[in-house]
Amino acid sequence: MPIAAVNGLELAILIALFVFVTVVGFAAAHWRRAASLEDIDEWGLGGRKFGGWVTWFLLGGDLYTAYTFVAVPALVFGLGAIGFFAVPYTVILYPLVLLAAIRIWSVAHRHGMVTPADFVRARHGSSTLALAIALTGIVATMPYIALQLVGIEAVVKTVGLTGDLPIIFAFAVLAAYTYQSGLRAPALIAFVKDTLIYIVVFVAIIAIPIQLGGFDAIFGAAEQKFAATKDVPNDGILLGDSAALGYSSLAFGSALALFLYPHTMTGLLAARSRNTIKRNMMALPAYSLVLGLLALLGYMAIAAGVQPIGDDPNTIVPVLYDKQFPDWFAGIAFGAIAIGALVPAAIMAIAASNLFARNVYKEYLKRDATREQEARVARLTSLVVKAGALLVVLSLDPQFSIDLQLIGGVIILQTLPPIVLGLWRTMVHRWALLAGWAVGLISGLWMLYDTPNPTTGHEHFGGAQYALSKLPGFGDTEVTVYTGIIALAANLIVVVVGSFVLKALKVPAGEDTTQPEDYESDWGEPGVEPLPATPDQEPTPKPEPVGR
Amino acid sequence: MGEERSRRHWYWLLLVPLLGLLVPPIYNDVDPTLIGIPFFYWYQLAWVPISVAVTAVVYVKTRGL
Repeated sequence: MPIAAVNGLELAILIALFVFVTVVGFAAAHWRRAASLEDIDEWGLGGRKFGGWVTWFLLGGDLYTAYTFVAVPALVFGLGAIGFFAVPYTVILYPLVLLAAIRIWSVAHRHGMVTPADFVRARHGSSTLALAIALTGIVATMPYIALQLVGIEAVVKTVGLTGDLPIIFAFAVLAAYTYQSGLRAPALIAFVKDTLIYIVVFVAIIAIPIQLGGFDAIFGAAEQKFAATKDVPNDGILLGDSAALGYSSLAFGSALALFLYPHTMTGLLAARSRNTIKRNMMALPAYSLVLGLLALLGYMAIAAGVQPIGDDPNTIVPVLYDKQFPDWFAGIAFGAIAIGALVPAAIMAIAASNLFARNVYKEYLKRDATREQEARVARLTSLVVKAGALLVVLSLDPQFSIDLQLIGGVIILQTLPPIVLGLWRTMVHRWALLAGWAVGLISGLWMLYDTPNPTTGHEHFGGAQYALSKLPGFGDTEVTVYTGIIALAANLIVVVVGSFVLKALKVPAGEDTTQPEDYESDWGEPGVEPLPATPDQEPTPKPEPVGR
Repeated sequence: MGEERSRRHWYWLLLVPLLGLLVPPIYNDVDPTLIGIPFFYWYQLAWVPISVAVTAVVYVKTRGL
């Protein structure tokens, strides 16, 4: 379709929505105002007092990113059934991580922990291991932030704008209000983002099938398209014979990885109580339904004859809206996607900055740093992180960000043993955990490097599915498994065997400064700060930070 | 204490959605279709409300744990 001219109405609505959330973002600094934002609990965790609704919007805005919203339909558009893994992935996520989420919430509140690496430090008594976890988190998060720009870019292209200026401007504004308001900004903007997303998705899922003659016609068109592409091996509206294990291991591994990402932890720790988290684990699948319906838009795009702009498959959802709806509604949909990129980008930047401030700056650069200094360092770091992500997207091939994010998912999974085994107080040794982490990273990276992509002709980093036939003992099979899961298995073996060996050799274990009851404490109990009863009530000035 | 321990058994229910979704051969089929949507798709989407119901039961039964 010709995109020579800028669509004025779409652009006007997009700009209006952007200006609106910018105002909201700056105003958020005054929302449920604390005595001062010069405290890392206030800037980086929104004061740790978000109730059920705020947490629902915040986590929903955090976990279901704009990139997910454009990339999942694009994957369904290109390959079919495999792209639907996003549904089992985001449905099993909540029952899978519920117990771990409430345990880490409790121990983090009792000890004033801000990041997952803080927990690792206290639980396993090793600042080296904590540093490894913190750096893994930062490295895994950076490309994820960069990818959010890909979501904005898809919209900007469809509206007809060219050049890098719109993205630079959007990110500069985002950086400014994140610096100003901290986690309160994305929390408040998430209300706008999610409301818009729900509206545009539900309208599309009802209106487009009517326009296209029903789901029979839509799936028929998809089947026809996949039947015609003989050179693409794994496409189709059902999974291929050998794709089942790859599909379920990807869903399972992605769910575990999403829990371990620092920005998820930030969203969880900002909740007010254990019950807030449990209620959210129950209510968050509403977003998974939206994601599933969005995935089906990939098929609708096939049936509607959508052609991606340039060779960028990520533009198919914006183009579909542009094609099927009046300009004013398409403009709202574009706004929803663009704002959908800003919320997670802000939370991810905050999470990465918290990691740097707590686990690098305070641990290694300035041991006697006060909470105020931590907050200042975190705020400055958030600016650096955003500038870095912008630079990566502008100077490198977008494919590079996608490769990096693939790697990010695999390496963040390698932080599972110290965190999850730590939460259940398993007797694992700190050096075994560090060795397992290193083995998981190296084997994961090697397997990703060793994966070609026959469709694009790339010899390396061709996807996160590793052929089992390349591993010893599996023989000749076409079955593939999610690379992150294989690396995690290697990691866990090293952790278990290493712990036995180190224990037998009587190598001193790290000091565990947590107590068994810390993992089950709830708000209002000793050591966990009492919180204001109603959201509007002015919180009392913060006493000395809890814990050590 | 014993009562608390038996309430903890409700957490096992959380495994149900995993069993339903992590074995693709159960649902990798076109038929039966629902308003034109192949089984593969509506089956997995149907697990959204089922999983919400399961988590809701667990939430109610383990309140305050």
